[in-house]
Amino acid sequence: MTPTVVRVDGLTKRYGSFTALDRVTFDLEENRIYGLLGRNGAGKTTIMQLLTGQLFPSDGEIEVFGRTPAEHADVLRRMCFIAESQRYPEDFTAAHVLKAAPWFFENWDAAFAERLVADFRLPLKRRIKKLSRGQLSAVGVIVGLASRAPLTFFDEPYLGLDAVARHIFYDRLLEDYAEHPRTVVLSTHLIDEVANLLEHVILIDQGRILLDRDAEEVRGTASTVAGPRATVEQFVADRPVIGREALGGLASVTIDGRLDQADRVRAAELGLELAPVSLQQLIVHLTGTDLAGSTEQEAAA
Amino acid sequence: MDESRPIFIQIAEQIENDIIDGSLPEGSQIPSTNEFAAFLRVNPATALKGVNRLVDDGIVEKRRGIGMFVTVGARDRLVERRRAEFSAQYIRPLIIEAEKLGIDIDQLAGLLRAERIDS
Repeated sequence: MTPTVVRVDGLTKRYGSFTALDRVTFDLEENRIYGLLGRNGAGKTTIMQLLTGQLFPSDGEIEVFGRTPAEHADVLRRMCFIAESQRYPEDFTAAHVLKAAPWFFENWDAAFAERLVADFRLPLKRRIKKLSRGQLSAVGVIVGLASRAPLTFFDEPYLGLDAVARHIFYDRLLEDYAEHPRTVVLSTHLIDEVANLLEHVILIDQGRILLDRDAEEVRGTASTVAGPRATVEQFVADRPVIGREALGGLASVTIDGRLDQADRVRAAELGLELAPVSLQQLIVHLTGTDLAGSTEQEAAA
Repeated sequence: MDESRPIFIQIAEQIENDIIDGSLPEGSQIPSTNEFAAFLRVNPATALKGVNRLVDDGIVEKRRGIGMFVTVGARDRLVERRRAEFSAQYIRPLIIEAEKLGIDIDQLAGLLRAERIDS
């Protein structure tokens, strides 16, 4: 079995009467790329802040590399957290950041950082507060990759990064991960772009886990069935429905669960259209407001 | 990549296609899983799963410390398997659509002959 890097059990974080995280339980295994997905305010950043010892839990257990992260320098040293809006000391330039990084990250690769600076065309001598939003994100991405921390968190790392820069990030992440395997947690809204990079998906909504599955398992588990309403309803009768749209006599219903060859033939014979549901569409269905109540039970089942 | 099916299966099928059309001859080395992962922009674990599927089927074999190689007889086995699946995969949907349009079997055969690519 792969060693477990993070173990979280019943983790709860309350701010006064607001519960940001509600009895969350999951494990992260060594050397896998995780997607921590969910809508704004779902609790993604809170989870990462708790795991990196920046917040204390209200209740529940956290173990990172076998210990509580907060106040354990040996645990914290093995983690890198790239926050969405990282703040840097006044008057710092990107060159200062890259010079300081090896003091915090023992696996820091200066040559790799230099290559990334060239890839992202990052001006090193300009003061950070004068950088564009995309360039600021590039600083974070470079630190996150070149630190090669055994447990790396990227929290929405690419605000303002253009499509080219984002693909540089994905390519370099995959290349470097292949050579230097480590555990990576990627929190993002651009689900379609990263879906194929992820090995495992944790979907969180309103402080609770909706889905905790291997990405390969998630892929193809949902399909949309479209056609005449009565025929569609007949086809989906015994299946878990996670989305439903109707237009006149036509219906389009999204179902959870894999369709086998026999189902496909039957759908074709009934004249129904089957369409795959991407990870992003699945998440929209699972975290959308209309059916959130019923899907939670289905996802948990 | 097609969204409806697991990527590792699609990776396995791509390698199978290359073996069938001869671009990966028997005995030749296939790219490493990291090369597949980088080229297709997928997680290396996914690429490994695809290649392992071929190892389980005896289509490629691991040579420790060197890499993965296409086995002898792999192409014949693949062609045989694809032929067995051909009817369900292609003929059945074709007939369903033809019946929907009122094309009978003789007309369908005529259409097939007319469309046949001379080679």
